[in-house]
Amino acid sequence: MAESILETEGLTKEFLGFVAVGDVSLKVRRGSIHGLIGPNGAGKTTCFNLLTKFLPPSRGSIRFDGRDITKMKPAEVARLGLVRSFQISAVFPHLTVLENVRVALQRARGGSFDFWRSDAVLRGYDARARELLEDVGLSQYAHLPAGQLPYGRKRALEIATTLALDPVMMLLDEPTAGMTAEDVDRIVALVKRVAQGRTVLMVEHNLKVVEGLCDTITVLTRGKVLAEGPYAEVSRNPQVIAAYLGTDPTISGGAGHG
Amino acid sequence: MAAGHASVAALPALHETPGLLGLSALGFNRAQSIAFLALLAALIVGPFFLYPVFLMKLLCFALFACAFNLLIGYVGLLSFGHAMFFGMGGYVTAHAAKVWGFTPELAILSGGAIGAALGVVAGWIAIRRQGIYFAMITLALAQMIFFVCLQAPFTGGEDGIQRVPRGHLFGIIDLSRDMSFYWVVAAVFLAGFLLINRIVHSPFGQVLKAIRENEPRAISLGYRTDDYKLVAFTLSATLAGIAGGTKALVFGIATLTDVYWAMSGEVVLMTLVGGLGTVFGPAMGAAVIVTMQNYLAEFGAWVTVIQGVIFVACVLAFRAGVIGELGRVLKVRL
Repeated sequence: MAESILETEGLTKEFLGFVAVGDVSLKVRRGSIHGLIGPNGAGKTTCFNLLTKFLPPSRGSIRFDGRDITKMKPAEVARLGLVRSFQISAVFPHLTVLENVRVALQRARGGSFDFWRSDAVLRGYDARARELLEDVGLSQYAHLPAGQLPYGRKRALEIATTLALDPVMMLLDEPTAGMTAEDVDRIVALVKRVAQGRTVLMVEHNLKVVEGLCDTITVLTRGKVLAEGPYAEVSRNPQVIAAYLGTDPTISGGAGHG
Repeated sequence: MAAGHASVAALPALHETPGLLGLSALGFNRAQSIAFLALLAALIVGPFFLYPVFLMKLLCFALFACAFNLLIGYVGLLSFGHAMFFGMGGYVTAHAAKVWGFTPELAILSGGAIGAALGVVAGWIAIRRQGIYFAMITLALAQMIFFVCLQAPFTGGEDGIQRVPRGHLFGIIDLSRDMSFYWVVAAVFLAGFLLINRIVHSPFGQVLKAIRENEPRAISLGYRTDDYKLVAFTLSATLAGIAGGTKALVFGIATLTDVYWAMSGEVVLMTLVGGLGTVFGPAMGAAVIVTMQNYLAEFGAWVTVIQGVIFVACVLAFRAGVIGELGRVLKVRL
């Protein structure tokens, strides 16, 4: 087994006594695409928020790339190369598509506190931004305000923005939620391509997507890890079938989103 | 802020046209370049047609509103305590000019300095909270400053600081004539206006807009958003202090009116009437409100009622404000 890049031990989050995430020990292998699945309310998004420090854990520890990040701030974690997406499409709606990507590329300058300088200096990032847009098929929308993009394209833009940071590891929160079949295929292909040389942890409801993409999956129910392993193995686990799939997984395929 | 978004959302999607006469270097598009040239012309011919003291008052409020707009329009922060920077700037400038014998430019800079100092502290406390809580904290801090101004010996309590001399610019040029001082005020306004425009169109400004649009996303890209908000808040407070200081020299008086919470409300009103998040809106809003206060003064208490009606009308029907609506009609960004 290759080394793990992200490791949690006894990760727990309680909200006023309600255990949203309880004692989760997760190991994500470097270079893998790891799926996090489970029914609604299983604690997947809470788990994401804990890993990216948007929520402080009640107990437990998180190590990323050999470093303890349990007490870090979200912006610091992002700077280490652990970059997340959001469940609700997270673009900057009134910035143009190009500017969206450029804001991320601008991070390469370090802090942008130079309020006295013209933003013409940012044009140096335009070429790279266009490359990234080309890569996700958004070139022709470069000057459109991001808010006017169709939903599926917004998710693609979000991925391009995340990629602009050249992250070591990407956390994708339901990248295909609410998409048409055509969009889903495009995103799946995209994730597969951009995952080269990176590690991806994704929450996903669409089991077909999970089956096609993920090397390993972890099933969460009621905040606890129920099973972990390759899709084929986990999907045969009777406990998983009972708790999550309900029926034969090949039938429930694309209809996992509830 | 929902209101801030609404005003921006109201603008049509446009391809930016380059500015005129190299004004695009300032970040202006074509329409903004024309508007800027019109503003310059108005600044130059204005005092030959209108009472210079009235114009100076207008320019001080215009700068104040522009400084306020930097926060609400470009960071999405609604401060309800900007009177503390404006009023305190006035007191410190007046004190520096009268008691310490500072030259006017240094006295005004002292007003800016106190605005900056207060801004760092108030901002540091307030930006930990969002939305209405942010507004309430700024209001509470401003009320504390008001109380200090009421009690502290140097502010002169209910009397304020009176008979403040304008002095000599750089110790040389006598500014006691209104026409002489007008050019100083116009220069201060213009410098502040252009600085704000530069801030908005800087790498820093780009991050501010990202924060306004989607703060969690900006954080997830590795930006320490609180730091950016604090710098923006301090810049805004500094300019508000400069505006207040300049106003104190215009009238030769610094009083509790400028540090009272109603002044914080007035600047919100000006910015809203002119157009949140627009370049020229706040100045236009200040012009509308100050003009109303001056020329409708004969109606006495009715001025407040008329202001109220305009405020309600703006919120209900013209959320983009005078300049925002004008921009929509002309299909340009102003």
